[in-house]
Amino acid sequence: MKFLKVIAIAALSIVSCSKSKITPPSAFVTLNFSHQWDGATVTKSDFNTIKFTNANGQQLSIERLRYLVSAITLTNTEKQKTIIKAIQLVNLGEEKGLRLTSDFAVPQGKYTLSFIFGLNDTGNLDGVYQELNSVSFNVPTMLGGGYHFMQFDGKFNGSNSLINNFNYHVIRAVNREDLANVIFKDTSFEVNLGDVVINESGVIEVKMDISEWFKNPNLWDLNTLNSMLMTDFNAQVLMSANGKSVFSLGAVTP
Amino acid sequence: MMFKKKLLFYGAILVFLSCSKGHNEEEYTPVSAPLQIPTLFHKLLIAPIIPSNNPQTQEGVSLGKKLFFEKGLSADNTQSCATCHDPKIAFTDKRQFSEGIDGVFGNRNSMPLFNLAWNFDENFFWDGRSIGIERQAIEPVINPIEMHNTWSQVVSVLEAKEAYPELFYKAFGTRKIDSILVSKAIAQFERTLISANSKFDQYLNGEAQLSASELNGFDVFMDETKGDCFHCHGSDKNPLWTDNAFHNNGLDAVPFDLGLAKVTGDPADNGKFKSPSLRNLAFTAPFMHDGRFSTLEEVINHYSEGLKASPTIDPLMKKVSSGGVQLTPQEKTDLKAFLLSLSDFEFISNPVFQKE
Ligand code: HEC
Ligand code: HEC
Repeated sequence: MKFLKVIAIAALSIVSCSKSKITPPSAFVTLNFSHQWDGATVTKSDFNTIKFTNANGQQLSIERLRYLVSAITLTNTEKQKTIIKAIQLVNLGEEKGLRLTSDFAVPQGKYTLSFIFGLNDTGNLDGVYQELNSVSFNVPTMLGGGYHFMQFDGKFNGSNSLINNFNYHVIRAVNREDLANVIFKDTSFEVNLGDVVINESGVIEVKMDISEWFKNPNLWDLNTLNSMLMTDFNAQVLMSANGKSVFSLGAVTP
Repeated sequence: MMFKKKLLFYGAILVFLSCSKGHNEEEYTPVSAPLQIPTLFHKLLIAPIIPSNNPQTQEGVSLGKKLFFEKGLSADNTQSCATCHDPKIAFTDKRQFSEGIDGVFGNRNSMPLFNLAWNFDENFFWDGRSIGIERQAIEPVINPIEMHNTWSQVVSVLEAKEAYPELFYKAFGTRKIDSILVSKAIAQFERTLISANSKFDQYLNGEAQLSASELNGFDVFMDETKGDCFHCHGSDKNPLWTDNAFHNNGLDAVPFDLGLAKVTGDPADNGKFKSPSLRNLAFTAPFMHDGRFSTLEEVINHYSEGLKASPTIDPLMKKVSSGGVQLTPQEKTDLKAFLLSLSDFEFISNPVFQKE
């Protein structure tokens, strides 16, 4: 009897030893969303002043900038995917959502980091996310419902020599010219930030260069495209294209 | 022998009674009274904000209600909260500016009170200067142009009224009254002021039909190329009908009242005020922080062609250079019909909210 017990304990300790050998140490993942204009840092304190110049030479201010990214995913070297956060709403002006830490730990090691800008058609459902409804991020049902991907508002010096407003609102593209045949196009897109190494307390910086929204590949003219862009199918397609070069991987600080 | 036994028996009972009474003294627990969250809010919104140190209780709410109607809170016993926040008109008053006890008028329109627990950022007043419902309730009592009182005066008045010490004891376990407990009780009552049964709510719940005009007005409200109101004032997916955030909606080229900037000290906040909820507009005229508009027609005309440019006007007032969103007469009529469908007649007649 006693003998059996000893064996059992020994076996158990072996199992636990060997287990700790197989499982590498794990870590929580922290992402920091940072913002730039042509490389220079932008924070809330840069808001509300016409001080930025876009690629088209137009001077503008930022008064509101909030956007959402979804399915933030780590893919390990075996191509296994782990979603560390389903939806993250970043609000630069109110300094909310600028940092996220995963709810669970992942094994330390090498991964690629990716996410979807906005919500793809599977996730872009009308009214289902309470956190987003509560901060009024919805898209009207007449435009197909679901949610804004980005709300970027400000003022610019227009060619009419007035200070004008712009509402660079990114949503799923919709064409309602023929109400009997409304056309939708999923303009969310995947952003792959490349390789990251998750270590014990690593913080990964995700950078958004705001100036890129006006630049590449479509040079943006605020005089012609400034507001009521939610109902403009073509504008949404252009924005979606420009968004693809907006994000990049910043520093991974231990 | 018999007698001794009896004595012992009664003695024991007495001891037991007094003990248990003493016990009860310390342990009176008020009856929990969780907020009745409307189905629509439950479905669409995150949970309301209730501070962990001030849970809703039956005793707390009913004490809060009594205090809300208590004129003893004002220096000369003439004003209660309800003087400027009348339950029959969605807890506001009809004046452009509210009159304090000394006949002095402020420069702000009284605000209606409902769905306050769903103000997720907890910024209260037109300029957001007060954070949290409890803290807000401290202010009117000592505001010189409102109740113009002192808290020590309030406490002695309440302590001298027979009913109060016992009611505070039942709600908070102490007969010692202070400003914190008064504000906690009032806040509990205010959190119960929930408005979610307008015709439009019933429509969303599948219980009522809207007229063609109301439906068209809702489209004007939601259409970015028409009214474009939903970016600030909620929607069918945010039935609070406000974002509880601060904006300059183009009332003045040079704002007389600086609004949020008075609180933050930041000139970029000049003329920004909290978006009011569009519920209950049928009862809450006049409109805007300074009550400048007495009708909804005036409000709609403002957005349609009356916008004033200024450095802090919200970019969502996108058509300011042409005066506004330029609605047709029909669109204006329909928009008004829709706005009125957000009024909740059950809320203003609910006997639970009226003075007893
Ligand atoms: C003399 C009139 C008057 C009295 C009395 C008064 N109020 Fe008010 N109340 C106002 C006015 C005016 C405002 C808006 C003030 C501002 O924004 O500067 C207001 C705003 C509020 C708000 C903010 C609502 C929001 O959504 O931000 C609350 C809550 C409130 N009052 C509660 C109370 C309570 C509780 C009492 C009694 C202790 C009270 N008031 C007494 C006039 C009054
Ligand atoms: C940029 C955000 C914004 C937009 C867009 C907007 N509003 Fe407002 N609204 C506000 C703010 C802020 C106030 C309060 C302004 C003040 O008092 O200084 C307000 C006030 C009101 C009021 C007065 C309510 C009261 O209780 O005093 C009504 C009614 C109203 N808006 C309706 C509308 C309608 C209808 C539209 C669309 C045509 C609209 N709003 C678009 C921000 C906005």
